[in-house]
Amino acid sequence: MQPASANSLYKNRQQTVSGKFSLRSTSFYIAVIAGLCLLIADIEIINANPWLELKAMGQGLMSPHIVSYAELFNGLANTLSFALQGMAVAVVTGFLLALSYRHWWVKGFCAFIRAIHELFWALIFIQCFGLSPLTGLLTIALPYAGTLAKVYGELFEEAPPQPRANLHHSKSLTTFFYTTLPLAWPALSHYTRYRFECALRSTVVLGFVGLPTLGFYLETALSEGLYREAAGLLYVLLLVIVSQRWWLRKTLLPVYLLIALVCLPPSASFSWQTMVQFFTEDIIPQPVRRASGDDIGSWLVFMWQQQLWPGLCNTLVLSQIALFFTALLALLVFPFSSSLFVSPLMKGANAGLLVIARTLPEYLLAFVALLLWGPSMLPAIVALALHNGAIISHLMAGFSEQISLRRDARKGVNRYAYEVLPRMYRQFLAILFYRWEVILRESAILGILGIATLGFYIDSAFEEFRFDRAALLILASALLNMAVDTVARYLRRRLHLVTTADIR
Amino acid sequence: MLDNITLSIASGERVALVGKSGVGKSTLLAALREQQSNSVAWCPQQHGLVPMLSVYHNMYMGGLQRHNTLYNLLNLIKPLARPAREVAALAEQLQLSEFLHARVEQLSGGQIQRVAIGRALYQQQDVFLGDEPVSAVDDYQAQQLLTLMMEKHETLVLALHDVEQALRFCDRIIGLKDSAIVLDAPSSTLNASDLVELYC
Repeated sequence: MQPASANSLYKNRQQTVSGKFSLRSTSFYIAVIAGLCLLIADIEIINANPWLELKAMGQGLMSPHIVSYAELFNGLANTLSFALQGMAVAVVTGFLLALSYRHWWVKGFCAFIRAIHELFWALIFIQCFGLSPLTGLLTIALPYAGTLAKVYGELFEEAPPQPRANLHHSKSLTTFFYTTLPLAWPALSHYTRYRFECALRSTVVLGFVGLPTLGFYLETALSEGLYREAAGLLYVLLLVIVSQRWWLRKTLLPVYLLIALVCLPPSASFSWQTMVQFFTEDIIPQPVRRASGDDIGSWLVFMWQQQLWPGLCNTLVLSQIALFFTALLALLVFPFSSSLFVSPLMKGANAGLLVIARTLPEYLLAFVALLLWGPSMLPAIVALALHNGAIISHLMAGFSEQISLRRDARKGVNRYAYEVLPRMYRQFLAILFYRWEVILRESAILGILGIATLGFYIDSAFEEFRFDRAALLILASALLNMAVDTVARYLRRRLHLVTTADIR
Repeated sequence: MLDNITLSIASGERVALVGKSGVGKSTLLAALREQQSNSVAWCPQQHGLVPMLSVYHNMYMGGLQRHNTLYNLLNLIKPLARPAREVAALAEQLQLSEFLHARVEQLSGGQIQRVAIGRALYQQQDVFLGDEPVSAVDDYQAQQLLTLMMEKHETLVLALHDVEQALRFCDRIIGLKDSAIVLDAPSSTLNASDLVELYC
């Protein structure tokens, strides 16, 4: 072994505090909790003949068909325009917020706006601005600004402090632009690019609640069983996202943005009156608003018993099961796309499959699985595990390539169990805990498809124009997210989880 | 690194490779290993231990090829009786008994080197190839470890930087300088001062 540097000695001591037992017991509890959740989860297959449906879908995938190029163009233009404009606003806002990220109230505000899923924001903004471009823009901009502020803020904090400390006026904005920003720039621009890909996915999903993006046409085609048309749209979507690295160029961004602003300006026909009424009246609990003599206490009890409690339980149950299967899938699949285990050909083929699984949004995957198996938790579990498992596999495979093994290291399962997995397990758990919050947010959202998580009750409340209920439920989902985020952060710190590979 | 080297080592020989660092000892050892990679115990300078696994599991790794995959997996979850006995006996000889279930990343440099030797010994081969196997321990311990290696292997090729150790434990000395073998003689015919010029 190399002589231990001061840094690695320190790390060793840190790791001594939390034993191997903690990593083991954490994994054990993830599995046990998922097992208990499986006992109470509703996972039956309701569809009488899922194979028939699957066959129809398969045939559709084999013979894609574009009915109307006008529709396709329209959907594509809206998708790209919402994502571009939304991201532009989110990047600027997020950057400004990140500059003052050290204040607890900025942190809290950012945590809150990103804890509410973009689909829930969409449902809110649709009430104010209708199905307009402005709704599309705000829906992406708000939660993404929260996420970007957090990541930018953390990158600024992690940037090496020495260059800055060596200068006079080390706290001024000028020194920030000369030292911290350039130091953080590569990571910052890399993450922003990744976030743009997420924004494209999110915008597509907005179509499922009525905004005129690609998702809207996809949903129509899928629900009518027009799988050939759906396949056509799906391939276009995959192509747009996968080819991103070629067409998304820094120099071309201003041009794209200008075209988007000119062709689809963020306009909306709305009245101030409706908006003011929505925020000052509609979302206030009904007993308080009307002074009708109804008791706020009984309203809260009703909400808790009928909606909040079952919604929270189902959201947690779904997310824990999905978390476990995500982990399982990732651990099983990543060796097949790592050159430590398979030939380059096999690796390429598997990487292709992973790209598809992580490019398609969970919501879309769940929608398709729902057509197959009918409304239960099963489609949601499969969709969440596939999408998130593919993301983690991809990252793990990348990290595993950095490990240099001894020439006499065993092959196959022995290599996996003795050489590779022990070196990567800490990192694996770190990534898994990062995804935990995402899985939970998505678990709540998938309720819109008819699974009784929080999203189901929120969607129903919007349909019945009971905005007070919707507001309370959305607040609850935000708090749940923030709580899980806090627990995940605590666990990551407690177990000293890092996302850099242990490649010694 | 090395030019046109021809070298034959008979079974039963105990060979020491000596020479300045960077002269190609490791390259020569690696080349020797390539010849019969399945029948040599290999103790490289980069130990390639898995820091987060226990001393027991790291030493057991030397014997992975002797068991089927299921057996190895079970042993990873809970040490099985027979290998546990064997590795514990080996650990006793290496004075690692009290650390047997500690993770390797918690150990000191000298202890880690003994684990690496343990892993090589547990490969249970006739030929031992070691690249500076005792560089991180004190002289007294180094002699004990070298004795142990001699006991368990018939043929050894060791890269050593300590000339005294080389002369005392090996019966043939190969000196490398400027990418070539410049010395190849029985150790009984040499003394420490003969080897000094290899380092100039």
